Amino acid sequence: MLLIHCPYCDKTLPEAEFTYAGEAHIARPADPSAVGDEAWRDFLFVRTNARGPHYERWRHSHGCGRFFNAVRDTVSDRILLTYKAGEPRPDLASLAGEKA
Amino acid sequence: MSAPARAEADAPLARAAAGAFRLAGRGRVDHASRVHVTFDGRSVTGLSGDTLASALLAHGIHLMGRSFKYHRPRGLVSAGSEEPNALVMTRRGPGRAEPNTRASMQEIYEGLAAESQNRWPSLGFDAGAVNDHLSPLIAAGFYYKTFMWPRAFWRRIYEPAIRTAAGLGRAPTELDADHYGARYHHCDLLVVGGGPAGLAAALTAARAGASVMIADEHAEMGGALLSTPAAEIDGVPAWDFLAATLAELKRLGAVVLPRTTAIGYFHQNMVGLAERVTDHLATPPEGAPRERLWRVRARRVVLAQGAIERPLVFPGNDRPGVMLAGAAATMLHRFGVLVGRRVAVLAAHDSAWHTAFDLADAGAEVSLIDVRPTVGAALESAAVTRSIAVRLAHTITATHGRLRLCAVDVAPLSGGAGERLPADCLLMSGGWTPSLHLFSHTRGSLVWDAGRETFLPGTTPEACTVAGAAAGAWGLGPALTEGTAAGAAAADAIGLSATASEHFVDHDTPGTGVPTPKLPKGRGKAFVDYQNDVTDKDIRLAVREGMRSIEHVKRYTTNGMATDQGKLSNINALSIAADALATPAPAVGLTTFRPPFTPTTFGALAGHHAGATFEVTRKTPIDPWAETAGAVFEPVSLWRRARYFPQGGETMDEAVARECRATREAVGLFDASTLGKIEVVGPDSAQFLHLMYTNPFMKLAVGRCRYGVLLGEDGFIRDDGVIARIDDTRYHVTTTTGGAPRVLAMMEDYLQTEWPHLKVWLTSTTEAWATIALNGPKAAEVLAPLVEGIDLAAFPHMSAATCRVAGIAARLMRMSFTGERGYEVNVDPRRAAELWDTLLAAGAPHGITPYGTETMHVLRAEKGFIIVGQDTDGTVTPDDAGLGWAIGKQKTDFVGRRSLSRPDMVTPWRRQLVGLLTEDPDLLLEEGAQIVADPSQPVPMRMIGHVTSSYRSATLGRTIALALVEGGRGRQGDTLHASLAEGTAPVRVCSPLFYDPDGTRMTQ
Repeated sequence: MLLIHCPYCDKTLPEAEFTYAGEAHIARPADPSAVGDEAWRDFLFVRTNARGPHYERWRHSHGCGRFFNAVRDTVSDRILLTYKAGEPRPDLASLAGEKA
Repeated sequence: MSAPARAEADAPLARAAAGAFRLAGRGRVDHASRVHVTFDGRSVTGLSGDTLASALLAHGIHLMGRSFKYHRPRGLVSAGSEEPNALVMTRRGPGRAEPNTRASMQEIYEGLAAESQNRWPSLGFDAGAVNDHLSPLIAAGFYYKTFMWPRAFWRRIYEPAIRTAAGLGRAPTELDADHYGARYHHCDLLVVGGGPAGLAAALTAARAGASVMIADEHAEMGGALLSTPAAEIDGVPAWDFLAATLAELKRLGAVVLPRTTAIGYFHQNMVGLAERVTDHLATPPEGAPRERLWRVRARRVVLAQGAIERPLVFPGNDRPGVMLAGAAATMLHRFGVLVGRRVAVLAAHDSAWHTAFDLADAGAEVSLIDVRPTVGAALESAAVTRSIAVRLAHTITATHGRLRLCAVDVAPLSGGAGERLPADCLLMSGGWTPSLHLFSHTRGSLVWDAGRETFLPGTTPEACTVAGAAAGAWGLGPALTEGTAAGAAAADAIGLSATASEHFVDHDTPGTGVPTPKLPKGRGKAFVDYQNDVTDKDIRLAVREGMRSIEHVKRYTTNGMATDQGKLSNINALSIAADALATPAPAVGLTTFRPPFTPTTFGALAGHHAGATFEVTRKTPIDPWAETAGAVFEPVSLWRRARYFPQGGETMDEAVARECRATREAVGLFDASTLGKIEVVGPDSAQFLHLMYTNPFMKLAVGRCRYGVLLGEDGFIRDDGVIARIDDTRYHVTTTTGGAPRVLAMMEDYLQTEWPHLKVWLTSTTEAWATIALNGPKAAEVLAPLVEGIDLAAFPHMSAATCRVAGIAARLMRMSFTGERGYEVNVDPRRAAELWDTLLAAGAPHGITPYGTETMHVLRAEKGFIIVGQDTDGTVTPDDAGLGWAIGKQKTDFVGRRSLSRPDMVTPWRRQLVGLLTEDPDLLLEEGAQIVADPSQPVPMRMIGHVTSSYRSATLGRTIALALVEGGRGRQGDTLHASLAEGTAPVRVCSPLFYDPDGTRMTQ
């Protein structure tokens, strides 16, 4: 069971308190009616399926209820970083630097 | 051995009832405390502290089981949880039977009843043993080759026969009478394994101030220390060192858990421990759980699981009496049991020599056979001192005896004449395999050590260290040193400062060996996996037939797939496969170890989640009334809902017909409290709902309700419900019973991440309101006298108001899910039962009738109202469901809107909701039945739809069904065909609105 840091509660808590919510940084188009069929298909269905660091959303569903973002390495299944919804996508190179 | 020496050796053999092979005063058992057990009905006297295996061996009983496939007689091989052969059924009364209990792990208690398995009629004579003579026909892979033709035989002949023969032991049929506990635990250091390395690690860390937990699967902590009483540690005997260490750990507050198996190592140092709490007790304390599952989160973990001795693969290596040398040492030192009187030892590792010496010293006549051409001079001279005959560079080519070993054939490895030695026991040691199962669970890498021909721990992503024999350190001294270092490192890592004290060991028995020697073939079977009866030949056959990866070899031969998961066999199988492939072992690879480490009961995993506490049962405030009224209940998500209220022996159909008629003709009362409710509050609430739902909400007036359809962004229906505007900034949103959490989560998601600028607050109010629905032409008459604050006559369909009903503060809505005039009264759940009683009394003169969910389903189906999740399945659009009218045509955006214009969402051949009427008005279709246009077309037919709802309608005097059919709305009046259990039935397509299509009954 993973331990996950909720950036709102600022606490590291067991995975059972959280719910996975899909890939992060896929913003809903401001005006969906202006989006073409293929772009809309991509928005709905096409995902990165990353091997390695993956930007994804989690919800602290049995805690504060907030959605937040995480970077999880899909190879090691480790969460490298979590950050609040709306914050910019962190730079992976700097993450690697922090770890070193 | 000379005759006088024999007589002297016999002297210490206890002639007591505790067994002819029991040595007086030896071992850690209590010689003064006799314990009586039965094995296959035969009574056996053991001593307190015995395992079932040691108690049986003390009486010279080696035959403990039959093998799985060939039904060969089998004896105890090991003294631990790796035991493949001695599996028994234990019983302690009704509902307390446990198959596949390892005799080596089961402690005895007064009255324990054990039975052997996999034999008929008896362990001594087993009819299934005929398989052994058929073995040329049933080698590895026979399954895949034999039962292929004729094809029709599979279902009626092969499969039933295979199922009868398959499986080890018999699963109990009664409900488990025991209960199981569960605990969470957090600590600085968890040590797995209570041998010298584990104890040293635990003690070092505990002395530094760390909170420590140490678990061991055996009844006693100590591991290898229990089998080496002659060793001295820091000047005291090993057992005194052990006692002092345990006492100090206790003083330091460490949690010491014997009989506790670490079953799995999960993310971030979460380790699952299964503790056996009462299986060793004659009379378990009242209320004690049988087992307890610990979920331990440790900052650091030390894995000190030791090593598992490797059997040697030679012909006849499975005869009862053939066992691992280390097991014999455990029997001698821990239980005071001599495994045999004339013991042959086949060694490839020095450790077996020390066992041979101990057995000789205890009075056995011992012959030593070693596959190595030379051994250390000290070993040879120690053998000479004891007059032990030694044969180097020899092996065993055959064993003899039917149900018990009586002789072995010994021959030089170089070939040449052999000789036959009488022996009642043969000990083997092919060296030691570090036990790295839990380390593998961490995704730790294993590194091949060519010298020791075994895998050693590499790197792991977890905060975990492997110490002792598990890391390849052999002997007490190295184990203590490694354990101390691991404990100190763990303490340092969490910011404590540890002192790594040194230990000095005298009379240690470290040693070396040759790894997995290739022994000459003989006529008999040489077993690799005892439990699944996999032989050397089977592995080679698998390679010959094209298996290259060890994973394929495993699956083809079933090696390592039995309940012992290859603890004894995997490395031998790998060596043989590598040899057959002429490839180095690491290139062939090792199969992956997965949790659990040993078989774990379902009870331990389920814990309290069993029976009545398996899941939460949500009940409404009306539930007690419904129970008293004799309701038949059904589960709806986690809720228990009244399905119907039979009266005077009514069947369900009769009760539902009566409830339907009463609601259509007079008035029905329904508990709708399970409906999901969400309070949507804030200045931007209207805009938010407008964006979430397909319907227009900007202009919904205060005091009005609107039916809302919720889509996913993909355009498919997710939920529906009625939304009431309570005031300018407050809405009462209802959802389906099962959909409430999902809908709230979805709303939160959009609110938090897509439209964070909207000022809206969402609150789950499902259990803040109890909802009672009144439906029927007389509903207003019943309700009107009870309502204060509004005029019910001026309260049209789809109105909402805050008022009082029967003196109780209420949110009253007029809406209908039945097609009749309907009201829903929402009140504080604490006053719901009172309101229910008041309404029942007020309605009595009008024939008010409580109805359940079944009637609700029928009434809504007569009106063509869908139930999300029954008439929709996640691929249904509003238009498919006939809800195109619910889409706000002027709206430029709502969740899912863009998807509704995708090309495949607008084809005319989408499945659309229709009504179906069977030609025979009494024929009830099955929900889920497939629909075809032409039942005489060849199979496989083209299926064009399926039935989603099907009921007997009392109102219409016939059966009705709803269905999703390709282009269904264009097929009105067509005859299609629905599948039945046997054959098909013609059905006519019609409108899904079977009753009052204009809706005048509910709106007037």
